Order: sequence, then C-alpha cells, then structure tokens
Amino acid sequence: MPEIIAENIAAVPSAPPVETRAERLRNFWSDFRESWVAVGALIVIGVLLFLSFGAPLVSPQDPYDMAMLDWLDAFLRPGTEGSGGYVHLLGTDNAGRDMLSAIFYGLRTSFVIGLSAGALALLVGIAVGLTAAYFGGRIEALLMRIVDLQLSMPAILLALVLVAMLGQGIVQIILALVVAQYAYFARTTHGAAKVERGKDYIEAARSTPLPTHRVLFKHLLPNVLPPLIVVATVQVASAIALEATLSFLGVGLPLTEPSLGSLISNGFKYIHSDRYWLSIYPGLALMLTVVAINLVGDQVRKVLDPRNSR
Amino acid sequence: MTDPILKIDGVSKRFTRKPGLIVSGLDKLTGRNSTQTVHAVNDVTLSVPRGEVLGIVGESGCGKSTLGRVVSGIYAPSEGTVTLEGKPVARDHRGNVDKLTTRVQMIHQDPFASLNPRMKVGEIIAEGPRVHGLIPAREVQERVRSLLEQVGLEGAYANRLPHQFSGGQRQRVAIARALAMQPELLVLDEAVASLDVSIQAQVLNLFMKLRRELNLTALFISHDLSVVRHVCDRVAIMYLGRVVETAPADELYAKPLHPYTEALFGSVPTLGTGRARFHPIKGEIPSPINPPKGCAFHPRCPLAGPRCKVEVPRLVTPSDNRSVACHLQDGGTGAQTGAAA
Repeated sequence: MPEIIAENIAAVPSAPPVETRAERLRNFWSDFRESWVAVGALIVIGVLLFLSFGAPLVSPQDPYDMAMLDWLDAFLRPGTEGSGGYVHLLGTDNAGRDMLSAIFYGLRTSFVIGLSAGALALLVGIAVGLTAAYFGGRIEALLMRIVDLQLSMPAILLALVLVAMLGQGIVQIILALVVAQYAYFARTTHGAAKVERGKDYIEAARSTPLPTHRVLFKHLLPNVLPPLIVVATVQVASAIALEATLSFLGVGLPLTEPSLGSLISNGFKYIHSDRYWLSIYPGLALMLTVVAINLVGDQVRKVLDPRNSR
Repeated sequence: MTDPILKIDGVSKRFTRKPGLIVSGLDKLTGRNSTQTVHAVNDVTLSVPRGEVLGIVGESGCGKSTLGRVVSGIYAPSEGTVTLEGKPVARDHRGNVDKLTTRVQMIHQDPFASLNPRMKVGEIIAEGPRVHGLIPAREVQERVRSLLEQVGLEGAYANRLPHQFSGGQRQRVAIARALAMQPELLVLDEAVASLDVSIQAQVLNLFMKLRRELNLTALFISHDLSVVRHVCDRVAIMYLGRVVETAPADELYAKPLHPYTEALFGSVPTLGTGRARFHPIKGEIPSPINPPKGCAFHPRCPLAGPRCKVEVPRLVTPSDNRSVACHLQDGGTGAQTGAAA
C-alpha cells in the first residue's frame, strides 16, 4: 500500500504519476492491440469504409447511372471484359451493372444506414435510460416496461411492421431501425445509470446543489458511457444486418439505390441458374462487414471491462 | 450563548415502500396493506449555535445519516422544519435547486465514492462556486489552488483525477469541495470512518485546524465515541430515530444519564486497564419498520420498568444544557407503582 506509507511520512506526499487523456487513449490502444484478430478486423473496417465512402473514386463504374449500363453486358462472369473496356472482376448483374462497383456503393448505403441508425438509437436510448434511472418512480416503471415489451419481440418483426407502415426509403428505414434498436441502449444505460445514481458523488453533486441537467450530463452520463460504446458497435453491425434483411425481404431499399441487402435479394433470383456471383459477393461483403464490426466490439468490451483493468 | 444558526424543529423522516402495481392491485381486492413505512427519524429537535460542532452518535440504522441528509436538503423532512439562520433549508416540492441549500455542505463517508471519477480535482472543487457564481471566472484557478493548499494538498494537484489520490487525500479534496461553497454549516457523515486510523487522525486534525481558522459550524455524524469526544463541543445520542440524550461533550462522557448512552460507553473497548472491560449491548437493534412500543430502548434496557413498555419518554432537561429522554429522569420507570399514566 504505497499511498498509505506516503501519507504517513508527510501530510503532503510526493506526486503520484499523472495519467493524461492522451495516455489513457494510448493505454486503451495497447490493450486493444493484444488481439491481432481485432486489429485485423479494425483494418478491414477501415478498408471497407474507404472503399464505400470513396466509391465514386475507386469503383470502375457508376452503377446508378442507367445510361452507363449496357444490356449486352448482362450476366458477364467474373473476370471477363465488358463493353466498357475493363475487366469486371466480380462479373455483372442482370442489368449489366458491374458487381464490384455495385458492392462498393451498396456498402456505402449500408454504412450510412447502420451508422446513423446506431447513433440515433444511442441518443434516444440514452435519453430514455437516463430519464428512467434518474427520476425513478412511475416514469421509470412506464419507460422500462415499454422497453422490456419491445425487447421481448424480435427486432426484425418490429422493423418489418414499421417499414410497411412508413414506406420505403433510406430515412424511413433508419427511423424503423432506431425504433427497433433504441431499447438495447435504453436498457444498458438504465442499468449502468441506476448503479452510478446510487453513488455518493451524484448525491454530492445534487446537494451542492447543481442544476439537474448538469448532474445528468456532466456527472452521470460520462460514467455510464463505457458499456454503451460496446453496445453501439454491436448495434451498428446489427443495424446493417437488419437493413439487409429488410431489403432482402423486399420492403427495404429499391435496386435503384442499392444496399447490400437489395443486391443479395436481386441476385438470389439467379442463384439456381449458375449465376452465383450476383448474390454470393454482396453476401460475402455483408458478412465481412458484420463480423469485423463484431470482432472489434468484442475486443473493446474486453478492454473496457473493469475486471481486466490493471 | 449566541442565537442558534441551525434549528431542527420536530423533524421526522419516513420512508414508505409502496408495493408494485400487481401487489397493490391485489391489496385492493383483499383489503390487505403491503405498504411498509420506516420511521428513520422521529420528532427530532436540536439547535446548533454558530461555531459549535455538534456530534450525532448512534448505532448503525439509528437515523443519524438520514438526519444529516435532511439537514443538507437532500431529503425533505416528512414533518417539521430545518432552518438555517431562520430560513428553511429545503428544496421546493419539485426538488428544484434552491439557493439556500448551498449554505449547507456535506462531506460523505467514502471518499472513493464521493468524487466523480471522470472529473479533475480542480473541476470538482470549482464546479459548485462556478455554477452559482460565487467567484469570478478569472479567479477560479487561484481559488482552487488556495483551497487545495488550505486542506494540505499541493495546488498543482488540481489537474489530477481522483483515482490518483489516496483515501486521505481524497477526503481532503471532498473537504475542499465543501469549503469552496463557503457554507454556513458542514455536515460530516462518518467523514473519517472509512479511513485508516493514522489517516483519520490527520484528517481530524485538518478539520480542527479549519474549524479554528474559519469558525465552522458543523454536524459531526459518527458511531465512533472517541472521535466524537475529540472533535465535538456537544453530543446528541440517537436511538431508533429519536434523540435520547444531548449534553456538552465533557459532561456526557463524565456522567451519561440515559441507560443507552451508558451502554454505548460500556461497549467501547478500552486500553490500559490490564483486563478487557468490553460489554456489548444485549440484543439487536429493533427494526425501525416495527419499533417497540413505549421507550424504543426498553427491550434492551437493564433498568426498564412497566412504564417504559407503554409510554414514550419525554425529553426533559435535568440541568441547563443537558436533556435526556428517559423515565428514570422523569418520575421513575413505574417498577414499584405498577402502571403509570
């Protein structure tokens, strides 16, 4: 117990080592790095993000521009050269669309939907969870029962019903995903906030007294955030998968603004006619994305777990 | 004696545990009542003059911490009033921030729980005064520095996080945070109980020093009789939510009047007599959900008589500055006469 010895020697003991924010980040990174699988997954995510958001730069063709498509190029096998004078590495689909380009653009749509649905669901979930945990009583009972009710239903079912009601389109899908997923954030926030709420530093802040919004956002929220980061990564992956499922089921995005799900759905029709590349490649891209995000999320959870801290 | 700065007048605090929706529905059908009420503090009247340190002593569960929280304005009293210089210390019915409560500051028991782990010590100390506009923004740094030095820490520690400090140092930070609000009254809730004995002494000495320098008024809540004797001018003994005896510290330790006080002293292990004289109090502290009738202490009291089982003893004043709630001081326990009115 070095601190106690120091206290005994003098009332003003020498300074303990300082850990700045930059150092904390560095420590986080050195813990994260311990798993090479997670590092690999992080690199994969980085590459996918670059390819998807840089799609107009890196893809050989703009798959949305119908004028660029040529019916004669339809169903080209992977590796054949089309009328554009370049090799279609992953072949073309029934409209003569270059699959590689379609996957890059589709991935972009998937990322946009996954990230914005995840971020919005995080905000809504934090609001609901913090309100319930901080104010307690009837508000808590009401909010958390609604959340429990929602968690007892499969998210896909709820999203399906909502999309059917709201109609097709990116905004509608994001809304449906937020409604389907905020409950996970709300429950995590509520649990963590309930624990922190009972601690003396919250009481100290309340009795100072500090305004409620300050106690909530300056004291409670920062201490609730670590588990939410983990849930957020996993939920982004599951939002991407959910959107793909919706599109595959035909209630998601139309093929004119393709996401990975609508590409798979479109290609699925031809899978029995030996034109496997229409659905297999978008499927692999989806799998790679979801698995990579989940691997990173797993490692973040391990690093942030207080039982692991040194 | 000066006019009291803090007046606690007939304060009670009850906690009710209402049953959930389903059980309360069943209650309506069956006519049962599952609501449980805990009388944490029961009709407590105390006053503290400026510059005095009043010790509040009792076993765990006697309501002393609840009383401290009522005085701090964290809990609103179920009955009675707490006034600081004649103005009530409480939040309005919606729990809104009230300027008045800045004048009572609390220091908690566990310095590992009472400091926000994600805020720098300087921010922790400066936050209250900054939000309430007690110091101009330019002077905040300077003030934090001088407060840290006042509690025996280096001014440069303002940039550290709480986990970089030891328990004793954290408690000093908590004291600095309380002092930053320039309070009229400090409530110390077992403020040294979780520290090692050698560090307890350091923090207590700090408290005594600050008390001299700043003429602090304080409620010192503790279960540690020797610490209380060292620090307090006057002591109130609580048992099951009620004050059973108050007296100046010297007089109380010289001659306790209430059997419970006597029993508490008997249960303190002492050094130096060669043989151990340690007499724990018989029995368990009764449940405050269902307290005994009459004097709450009668099931454990060696001197209890029939009157103690039926009548709650009044607080009487056997001498000018003492008070005690015991039938022994107020016409006898009825052990001879049988029943008493």
